[in-house]
Amino acid sequence: MAWQKVCPLEEIPLLGARVVEHRGERIAVFRAEGDTVFALRDACPHLGGPLSQGIVSGSGENARVTCPLHGWNIGLASGEACAPDEGCARHYPTRLASGEVWLEL
Amino acid sequence: MRKQRLVMVGNGMAGMKTIEEILKHAPDVFDITVFGAEPHGNYNRILLSPVLAGEMTLADIMLNDLDWYSANGITLHAGRKVVEVDRVRRVVRSEDGTEEGYDRLLLATGSNPFIPPVPGRELEGVIAYRDIADTETMIEAACNYRHAVVIGGGLLGLEAANGLILRGMEVTVVHLGEWIMERQLDRPAAEMLQASLEAKGMRFRLGAQTEALLPAADDPAGRVAAVRLAGGETIAADLVVMSAGIRPNTALAESARLHCDRGIVVTDTMQTVTDPRIYAVGECVSHRGVAYGLVAPLFDQARVCANHLAGFGIGRYEGSVTSTKLKVTGVDVFSAGDFMGAEDCDNIVLHDRAGGRYKKLVLKDDRLIGAVMVGDTSDGSWYFQLVREGRNIAAMRDQLMFGQSFAQSQLGDAGHQGQNQAALLPDSAEVCGCNGVCKGTIVKAIKEKGLFSLDEVRKHTKASSSCGSCTGLVEQILASTVGGAYQAVDKHAKPVCGCTDHTHAEVRAAIREHKLLSIPAVMKALDWKTPNGCATCRPALNYYLVSTWPHEAEDDPQSRFINERAHANIQKDGTYSVVPRMWGGLTTPAELRAIADAAEKYQVPTVKVTGGQRIDLLGVKKDDLPAIWADLGKAGMVSGHAYGKSLRTVKTCVGAEHCRFGTQHSMRTGVNLEKMLFGMWSPHKVKLAVSGCPRNCAESGIKDVGVIGVDSGFEIYVAGNGGIKTEVAQFLCKVATEEDVKEMTGAFLQLYREEGFYLERTCHYVERVGLDYVKRLVVEDADSRRELHERLLYALKDAPDPWAEQQVQPLARHYKTIQIHDLSGESSHGMAESVSA
Ligand code: SRM
Ligand SMILES: Cc1cc2nc3c(=O)[nH]c(=O)nc-3n(C[C@H](O)[C@H](O)[C@H](O)COP(=O)(O)OP(=O)(O)OC[C@H]3O[C@@H](n4cnc5c(N)ncnc54)[C@H](O)[C@@H]3O)c2cc1C
Ligand code: SF4
Ligand code: FES
Repeated sequence: MAWQKVCPLEEIPLLGARVVEHRGERIAVFRAEGDTVFALRDACPHLGGPLSQGIVSGSGENARVTCPLHGWNIGLASGEACAPDEGCARHYPTRLASGEVWLEL
Repeated sequence: MRKQRLVMVGNGMAGMKTIEEILKHAPDVFDITVFGAEPHGNYNRILLSPVLAGEMTLADIMLNDLDWYSANGITLHAGRKVVEVDRVRRVVRSEDGTEEGYDRLLLATGSNPFIPPVPGRELEGVIAYRDIADTETMIEAACNYRHAVVIGGGLLGLEAANGLILRGMEVTVVHLGEWIMERQLDRPAAEMLQASLEAKGMRFRLGAQTEALLPAADDPAGRVAAVRLAGGETIAADLVVMSAGIRPNTALAESARLHCDRGIVVTDTMQTVTDPRIYAVGECVSHRGVAYGLVAPLFDQARVCANHLAGFGIGRYEGSVTSTKLKVTGVDVFSAGDFMGAEDCDNIVLHDRAGGRYKKLVLKDDRLIGAVMVGDTSDGSWYFQLVREGRNIAAMRDQLMFGQSFAQSQLGDAGHQGQNQAALLPDSAEVCGCNGVCKGTIVKAIKEKGLFSLDEVRKHTKASSSCGSCTGLVEQILASTVGGAYQAVDKHAKPVCGCTDHTHAEVRAAIREHKLLSIPAVMKALDWKTPNGCATCRPALNYYLVSTWPHEAEDDPQSRFINERAHANIQKDGTYSVVPRMWGGLTTPAELRAIADAAEKYQVPTVKVTGGQRIDLLGVKKDDLPAIWADLGKAGMVSGHAYGKSLRTVKTCVGAEHCRFGTQHSMRTGVNLEKMLFGMWSPHKVKLAVSGCPRNCAESGIKDVGVIGVDSGFEIYVAGNGGIKTEVAQFLCKVATEEDVKEMTGAFLQLYREEGFYLERTCHYVERVGLDYVKRLVVEDADSRRELHERLLYALKDAPDPWAEQQVQPLARHYKTIQIHDLSGESSHGMAESVSA
């Protein structure tokens, strides 16, 4: 596990995401309300949809992304699907330092 | 800030619905305490009948078990009956002395069974039918005794009688009225119902007054043994179930000197008229002089009440029209609204005694005001909806009797074998073809999870949550599983989503009236409950903004669904498809060559001719999109918007250009229409077709706008749909020239753009507002038509090609994947510079 610099914050659209590839693994890095940054494995617990492409809403603990394929809502802070759906996308720690987004991989 | 204290008295269905709604919308406002006289959590009282009938168990019908209360931080005093409300100190006290102070008090004490004052009613074995304890008493009695009498042939009485028969008892129903269920059924319906219940072994004494309940001669203080009717007849009875009606339970409210009149009197905000800190919901309430005894209206009350308690202050309860369904398996009875009908009403009646079918529709001034059905009740929820909406049914009056699928269209819905009657389906039948959900799964979820609304069923089972073609079936299943507790909601009167209480129409009006120009401005002006909406409301708001204030409102890409944000269709594996526009389905060797080159260069796995007369490059990586667009752009091609709620395709046939039958130049007309409409965003996608003659090779009959050339001009058809539910387009008008076609089409589509709700296709829009209305504004009124058309042209002025726009930095960068490579040997921090494109 190590911290990796990803990109300047402005490279991620607000309420949007970018995809980061690391050793073949695709990771969605989200920029939610208030410039909080979250990272999840870019695969929906339902059928593997690319979460990076979903609509981001909510804030803080309630920030979530709606999967573009069939509309599951996934909590960004935990990676857990919102009830009544069940499942979890792997969650990565993130950090914002001097305008740069970092990811612990 | 200290939380406010909310105390609720009456741990039943209406009260707990209110609490659940409060938790959903304002979880942090209250510390909640609940008193319930029964020693249980909240259970689904209406399912006591299937429990008695042995079709379900008590465990199945719990809605909120004891753990639920603690998990939600609610203090529950179960088995403690409140006996005093001190309104001065704002404290309630229960029988055992427990006291709780309140800032807001909610009374939901339900009702009490009415026990007629006949001698012998205190004997053992005489009970009412209201709660778990009564149900258990009946089940036990059925094990030990043989004869039962149910007094009262209403809904509850019949369900009790049915359950007792299924548990092996011999049951007689004694009923005062001339026919059973006289408050819900007319005489012919009741007689038909009685016949089918008699076939199950139920016996009846109608017009019969109970004079006394008699104990056994040798044990005058013991158990009941017989019922004596006026006139002297006695019927053996080891169990007597009193089911002669209910009375709102107002004892506690009256002792607290709250104004009661056949119920606790409340306003449209569910506040008691006496004390604004005290609210009341449920069967204990009298609203505008009516006390309701069915769950659906009580849930409406609960929603309004929760809204006011939570401090949103929106919403009024204005009364409900109710519907009834008897929950006796194998016997289908339904009634709604004013089913008797006064003199100024018309009745349409179908009465097939031998076939066991009866159906009566009551009409007044071209509106359906009531319905009663026995036998086949599958259209109940549809009729009920018509009653509640008060919709003018003149246009379908002739077909009304034959049910929804017949009256609305004789074409089937796709995806479930054309089935449209849930009752006929076995449990294993697939109801939702998109998500593979069977009838049995839906029924199970409704029962086990205590679901009451279509939305809840969608969330829990996914049925009807994709294309929606099975919605009618799912509603029927709901209606037959939960009985009268299901109330179809008028979807246009519904809030856009959980983030707001405003409907689509209200949001749209606000955007226009207050000239709101951005999503944050709308959310602020309309008090959105969430910081930035959700995936349901944001795309709708974005559309309303850009369509109402073209060139002025802010278009927010992050509020568009991914397809419109990436200008390509997302595929199941996360790749995208690229569909260049081919105006009117025409192409050139140069374009085909450019497509072929692009397909090779970007290793496109699939090239396909679409159903919309153009070519689809499927499986393109997102990173490659800007580049492939640039290559296609060099050959003069632009986006086909195959991904948008926007103009899709204009299909054409070869027409007078080549065809021996062609009367009009359909290719030219089609291409010109497509150029006129390029870049048009709309509530839902829009498809057109132009055929050169009535042979209609471009399939104009199932398009949003279909044009058919005839010798003397063009016929224009609108609001067709070839998708989920095939809808044949309706004739709008006939015009002489191609210019007229453009103006007429433009005006129609602009009207739709201005008034259609987000995700409502033209066929649904026209169904909602009526074709006559559309004709008035588009065909008959030339000024209105011109203005509409001009507004459209203004909106579409300088419409950019999104593909060209997206190739420009910084937008193009957002399509790129950011690669991170580990730096070998770099271990102290393990940090590597990102390599971003
Ligand atoms: C590519 C195409 C199928 C094909 O290979 O031919 C297609 C593909 C899709 N259609 Fe379609 N439709 C295609 C022609 C049609 C047609 C035929 C036509 O246009 O003449 C229809 C019936 C006509 C109609 O719309 O009235 C059609 C009715 C639908 C519907 C049902 C719409 C409805 O209101 O009932 C949907 C679902 C929706 O839009 O919500 C849909 C949705 C879709 C989506 C976009 C599903 C989605 O949201 O991802 C499909 C994208 C597949 C993918 O992976 O890229 N597609 N779709 C056709 C593209 C035509 C084009 O050139 O743009
Ligand atoms: C067998 C049966 C079948 C039914 N079938 C249907 C149907 O098919 N469709 C339909 O729509 N409706 C049906 N109903 C009616 C429906 O169940 C009621 O309309 C609904 O439960 C009323 O809700 P409520 O919250 O007002 O009252 P209740 O659910 O009765 O809840 C009131 C609660 O308050 C408690 N209480 C009362 N006073 C006090 C006090 N002072 N202190 C503490 N607690 C107190 C009571 O013990 C009770 O638990 C049926 C009812 C029964 C009994
Ligand atoms: S292309 Fe259309 S019909 Fe085919 S699977 Fe996709 S949505 Fe269904
Ligand atoms: S893959 Fe995400 S909802 Fe289906």
